[in-house]
Amino acid sequence: MYPSDYRYTSEHEWIQVRGETGTVGITDYAQHALGDVVFVELPKVGTPCVAGQPFGTVESVKAVSEIYAPVTGEVLEVNTALADAPETINKDPHGAAWMIKLRLAHPQELAKLMDAAGYQAYIAEKQKEASA
Amino acid sequence: MTEKIKKAGRHVSQNEGLIFEKSAAGKRGMELPPLDVPAVDARQALGAAHLREAWSGFPEVSEIEVIRHFTRLSTWNYAIDLGMYPLGSCTMKYNPRVNEFVARLEGIATEHPYQPQELSQGCLKILQVLQQCLLEITGMDAITLQPAAGAQGELTGLLLIRAYLESQGNPRKKVLIPDSAHGTNPATATIAGYQVENIRSDARGQMDVERLRSLVNGDVAALMVTNPSTIGVFEQRIAEAAEILHAAGALLYMDGANMNALAGVARPGDFGVDVMHLNLHKTFSTPHGGGGPGAGPVMVKKILEPFLPVPVLVEKADGSLALDTNRAHSIGRVRAFCGNFGVLVRALAYTLAYGPGIRQATEDAVLNANYIRARLTDLYELPYTLPSMHEVVFSDARQKKFGVSTIDIAKRLIDYGFHPYTTAFPLIVPGALMIEPTESESKEECDLFIEAMRAIAEEASSNPELVKTAPHATRVGRLDEVTAARKPILRWKPQASSEAAD
Amino acid sequence: MRYLPKSPAERQEMLRAIGARGMEELFTSIPAAHRLDRPLRLPGPLSEMEIIDYFRARAAENSRGYTSFLGAGVYQHLRSVVTDAILQRGEFLTSYTPYQAEISQGTLQAIFEFQTLMCQLTGQEVANASMWDGSTALTEAVLMAERLTGRQRVLVARSLHPEYRQVLATYAHNLGLQVEEIGFSASGQLDAAALRAAVSPTTAAVVVQSPNFFGVVEEVALLAELTHAREALLVVAVTEGVSLGLLRPPAEADIVALEGQSFGLPPSYGGPFVGVIATREKFVRQMPGRLAGQTTDQHGRRGFVLTLATREQHIRREKATSNICTNQALCALAAAVHLCLLGKAGLQELAQQNLAKARFAAAELEKIPGVRRAFSGPTFNEFAIELPRAVKLVNAELRKDKIIGPLPLGGFYPELSKHGLVCVTETSPRADIERLAASLRRALALPQ
Repeated sequence: MYPSDYRYTSEHEWIQVRGETGTVGITDYAQHALGDVVFVELPKVGTPCVAGQPFGTVESVKAVSEIYAPVTGEVLEVNTALADAPETINKDPHGAAWMIKLRLAHPQELAKLMDAAGYQAYIAEKQKEASA
Repeated sequence: MTEKIKKAGRHVSQNEGLIFEKSAAGKRGMELPPLDVPAVDARQALGAAHLREAWSGFPEVSEIEVIRHFTRLSTWNYAIDLGMYPLGSCTMKYNPRVNEFVARLEGIATEHPYQPQELSQGCLKILQVLQQCLLEITGMDAITLQPAAGAQGELTGLLLIRAYLESQGNPRKKVLIPDSAHGTNPATATIAGYQVENIRSDARGQMDVERLRSLVNGDVAALMVTNPSTIGVFEQRIAEAAEILHAAGALLYMDGANMNALAGVARPGDFGVDVMHLNLHKTFSTPHGGGGPGAGPVMVKKILEPFLPVPVLVEKADGSLALDTNRAHSIGRVRAFCGNFGVLVRALAYTLAYGPGIRQATEDAVLNANYIRARLTDLYELPYTLPSMHEVVFSDARQKKFGVSTIDIAKRLIDYGFHPYTTAFPLIVPGALMIEPTESESKEECDLFIEAMRAIAEEASSNPELVKTAPHATRVGRLDEVTAARKPILRWKPQASSEAAD
Repeated sequence: MRYLPKSPAERQEMLRAIGARGMEELFTSIPAAHRLDRPLRLPGPLSEMEIIDYFRARAAENSRGYTSFLGAGVYQHLRSVVTDAILQRGEFLTSYTPYQAEISQGTLQAIFEFQTLMCQLTGQEVANASMWDGSTALTEAVLMAERLTGRQRVLVARSLHPEYRQVLATYAHNLGLQVEEIGFSASGQLDAAALRAAVSPTTAAVVVQSPNFFGVVEEVALLAELTHAREALLVVAVTEGVSLGLLRPPAEADIVALEGQSFGLPPSYGGPFVGVIATREKFVRQMPGRLAGQTTDQHGRRGFVLTLATREQHIRREKATSNICTNQALCALAAAVHLCLLGKAGLQELAQQNLAKARFAAAELEKIPGVRRAFSGPTFNEFAIELPRAVKLVNAELRKDKIIGPLPLGGFYPELSKHGLVCVTETSPRADIERLAASLRRALALPQ
């Protein structure tokens, strides 16, 4: 379910790194919590992002959530297909629903993120808290 | 299941499309008296470039079609005239019909705001008497009737706070808001140019005064509080909170949405509030009309009076009334003209009907809420157990065990002939059921509501699917809000009427 | 008390069910120090008849018996009794905001129809379910332009309604918007040359009203060109919606802020009215206010819901686009009913009557020695005149003939101290217009 070569944030974003470029999206856990996504707002190419700061928003009918940058960098590419088909985020959150590609400014920031096993443990804890 | 339902109204499905779908060239709904001056060639008078060209789609229908269309539409609505709205903090009380009558009187509805003031003394007197009544009810010193709604009243209140603090040398940076607050509060604070800092409630659902003490400093302009709180409980340490704020040079703002629990019983001005707004469409019976108009007057203590928005009602030396716009320290104008006058007339008519007896309305409101609470606590979880005032907040915790949420229960309540209570608010109660019956409900109506809620609690455990797929007795079922948000269709267009009217 | 449906016995029964001995026990959670120990000092209680007598007495202290030629953002128009017959239906009057769509389809469909009518009138692609009034709609439109462009400067026509400008100033002051005014020329229209010089890459919006406060029709197409040349947005305010029955709608505008009072709402001493924001579809997510959208239920039946709610304050809280909670649903319903009754032909005829009456009045007044039209631009149902003496003094004379004369402009525009604004709608019979002219002639013939 959670690709082993991705890294994950505590705010439920994922990042897949190839060289200096990172592809970013939100996790399956996040899309499930949001419900049906109706709209997503993404930055323009060239926008600078700071690790832990919001770079966009994702909306369901009744809620808006911010999307936080996992690492610092500059936006190289934006998945404009999501504008017309925001439901992709629900259907394929780890693949077709990638949101932005970043050029990493500080690759060492990746060390602070969770790996797949760590993230799965993290969300298992969250689910236990929620049903308590 | 339906045999148990004593009150459900059936929604009759009628063959009714959009008014545009009934339109045909040549039909007229209204005729004008003939022109008694020479006609003017618009092309000559205005120039061809300014003239409207052909326009398609604008309706052309007859008078009877308009009457039938809107009459049919009206039958698809629930309304106070039909039954209870137990909506928390909305105070859906009876809208007295005499209010409608007086607002329409010739000499009241017909007056122009720019008439000479000598020819408007009747209107100004209405404003003056209403002002005096609202000040007496709230225990405050000065008032503006300008704001068009509660949200605008809140903004006006915060702008007054800002102006006052600026005059003291420092407008400050932050406004403290409890996590139980209505969403307009933080939105308003942001628009007024303040940062919002949330303050958590304590384990009893009350504002955490120790936490407040630690947060109040020279950067804090004000605390915005609702009293009774959004869980319907009086903030018992509010006077203490006011002292903490005042000691630091900050102010206490009260959201008056829950005034229906206080009128005639306690006055915000007496427990330390510096500025507050009222919702006339809540406590003062002016009709909601499907979502407005309302009015949100703001009351202040003397220190804030110089900053009130213009115009301000003044009494001149000869005893006549006037609207004064020459106020050096005013925050300015918050809307054109002088307020939602028609709404103000209705509120005054309501106040005159009760006089000092308004206390009895408050007592009945609190009685109804506590009666409902007493008769449902065995079946619904009550997360905060302090005494309720005019509203009670349950949670769906017990029903959640069967997969039934507050929203499902609310939708099933529709099948029993009631409008839902407020769901999922306040945020400090997960799965909230926020119930405010108001004083307008008879014991009979309260009992029917209680029976319905008890029946649904039973259904939640024995037949949860029935509840989760409710409502069943309405003209349309649960509507697809997701598609409506993904691909919004916000108007009718001439050629795309392939959707069938049912 | 007639609004309280409980007998004393029922109250006792309910108190017993709660376990309370008396009403006072219901309020013990309020600290004793805060509980009132005296009845409120309020007038009343009054019976229904006494309430009616009270307001009848107030009505008699107003302008009954006078003929008025006031406009300036609030207009006297014919209203059909059908409008009130529908508004007074309890299902419309006493219903709540349509958050529970299944039992609010009446309100929601009516709003959807209202939104459509507003688009048709203004030539824009999307319109909201209403704002509080024209002045706050205009302010919200400007804030919208600020959000869309990311810029802070706003150029506002001085010929925009003075009170609308004041409301904008109140909000702008707190939000760091810089508002500059652009004057008007001899035609009474926005000075296009001054605008051309002032628009820059830091301009968020150009704001103009048409017909403007002086009743003069603005050159919207030209102003749009000048505005768009710097990628700023053109915001057009319309205070007299009836003008759209005859005039080309401001289709080049990026945002239109309309006051709908002319459609079925009485003057009512200034409110409640109904504002609308209409704009291009691409801006819809930055548009404040409620929106009704069309959708289907699980059986494919057409229905309507409030949509794009995530723009609103109860969800976004600190990040809301505005803090508007109520719209003016009942007023919007009145406007929708009124426009459906008028229909296309009726609205055109109404606009033509207004134009004809106002032109007739202007011609009659200009025959009076010393009276001249103040501006040369084309006007609809309002126009400004210049008198040889102070308007207030002239009006005092007119009042002896039971006429409320031109609105003095000197309070709003110091350089227009001898100018007054005259509005003539379809509600002024020819005889009244002739009386106005005769009375004015007499007043001006008097020695000073």
